[in-house]
Amino acid sequence: MILENLKYTKDHEWANVEGKNAIVGITHHAQEALGDVVFVELPQVGSKLEAHKTFGVVESIKAVSDLFSPVSGTVLEINSAAVNDPAVVNTDPYGSGWMIKIEMSNPSELDSLLSAADYKKLVEATR
Amino acid sequence: MLKRTALHEEHLSLKGRLIDFGGWELPVQYSGVIPEHLACRSSVGIFDVSHMGEFFVEGNFAKRFLNILTLNDVSKLDIGQAQYSAICNERGYLVDDLVIYRRGVDRFMVVVNASNTAKDFRHIKSVQESFESKFGSIDLWVTDESARFSQIALQGRNAETILQSITEIPLKKIKTYWFSEGILLDKIQTVVARTGYTGEDGFELYIPWLDAPRVWRALLAAGEKFGITPCGLGARDTLRLEMSYPLYGHELNESTGPLEAGLGWITKLYKEDFVGKSAILKMKECGPRRKLVGIKLLDRGIPRQGYKLYLPSQNESVGEISSGTQSPSLSQAIGIAHVHSMHAGVGKKLEIDIRGKRIPAVICETPFYRPPYQSKLK
Repeated sequence: MILENLKYTKDHEWANVEGKNAIVGITHHAQEALGDVVFVELPQVGSKLEAHKTFGVVESIKAVSDLFSPVSGTVLEINSAAVNDPAVVNTDPYGSGWMIKIEMSNPSELDSLLSAADYKKLVEATR
Repeated sequence: MLKRTALHEEHLSLKGRLIDFGGWELPVQYSGVIPEHLACRSSVGIFDVSHMGEFFVEGNFAKRFLNILTLNDVSKLDIGQAQYSAICNERGYLVDDLVIYRRGVDRFMVVVNASNTAKDFRHIKSVQESFESKFGSIDLWVTDESARFSQIALQGRNAETILQSITEIPLKKIKTYWFSEGILLDKIQTVVARTGYTGEDGFELYIPWLDAPRVWRALLAAGEKFGITPCGLGARDTLRLEMSYPLYGHELNESTGPLEAGLGWITKLYKEDFVGKSAILKMKECGPRRKLVGIKLLDRGIPRQGYKLYLPSQNESVGEISSGTQSPSLSQAIGIAHVHSMHAGVGKKLEIDIRGKRIPAVICETPFYRPPYQSKLK
């Protein structure tokens, strides 16, 4: 499942752009590959993020996986519901399983992200 | 090219997620580690463990040889009985842990870890050579029969009822760590052992290689009304971890001796001789440097192999995690760790370095989990 209106990274995060803010999470494909998510670690509100650098961690029973920020900016909000109940990342990765909301410092970085069609190709190539 | 078990097609049709496990292509999960784990705990799970190695040790000298080769006392083993044991090198370090099944007066089957099969066989052959150079030409036959046996584990409180529906072998009579040989379905000759690696009641079935799919499907059909669930390597690992059963490559390795790995109970130092005995006696004299302990995290995080342990706000590491996970039964992060003997007491507060952050943890009693119907554990 890949949503048309989102931007994607090669590392399987999505970004939903609303004005100068972006909401970020991991894709359906990412949660499926991870399996049952049992731990989510997110940055503190106010932290500065750089595009393509790690901002947190998701862990399944078997694996530890870094989260990479699609864009640079400041963390406005984190989804503490996902921290408290990591299973929502599996059940609703594009909705209640979102991770963080970023105020973008350089929105032109969005141009280097993948479109839904390009991300779909990437996922299909790894299958 | 990865090796495949006879159940490969079954894993594909069950949509198992296949991974490379020590050269074997095996499912890490089917429906998910957590549901598989919980199904095994609450009812019954079925596992393909055909990658395990099986050796035959046979002949007049088989028992004497195994008593030299392994740590436990093989002379205590009756026909039809199984014994958990391990092998060490001359330096007293663990080569592998294993189970010995005594099938006759002079006939034994030794089941070893898949990834160690080749190494173990070389080790056993070299011990056999030195044994023969001492005793001359003797009646002792050691063969690797791994390619002839599939192994299916059926684990959980409903295992007996399900298995009984496809065999005439009176399963109730098989006690824990005993086995019986007989027929499954119409004519499949099988070793049926009441053993396992989950802490649940259950069986491990040694089946002629190509007959495994028929047994697998028959058990799935017979178990349907009990919600039988195929379980992958992921659930196998979380189930054994909740029982704090050691796993070679994690708790056990060639820089760990049996006493510091908590295997003192199978290390029979009263035996006249066995490979590694003098080195292990020395380790005993000095006292083991470190111990294997169970730990629980007191804050959020998941311990993983290699994470270091510290005394609170100290900088010198006092131990290292060998296995860790989020326990599906307890919804609690648990781990097994090698910890310096001085700091290895139950109740001891420690800190784990998880990606640069210190997370508080405490040494706790093991097993972490006890199946409610099991009064005492083997």
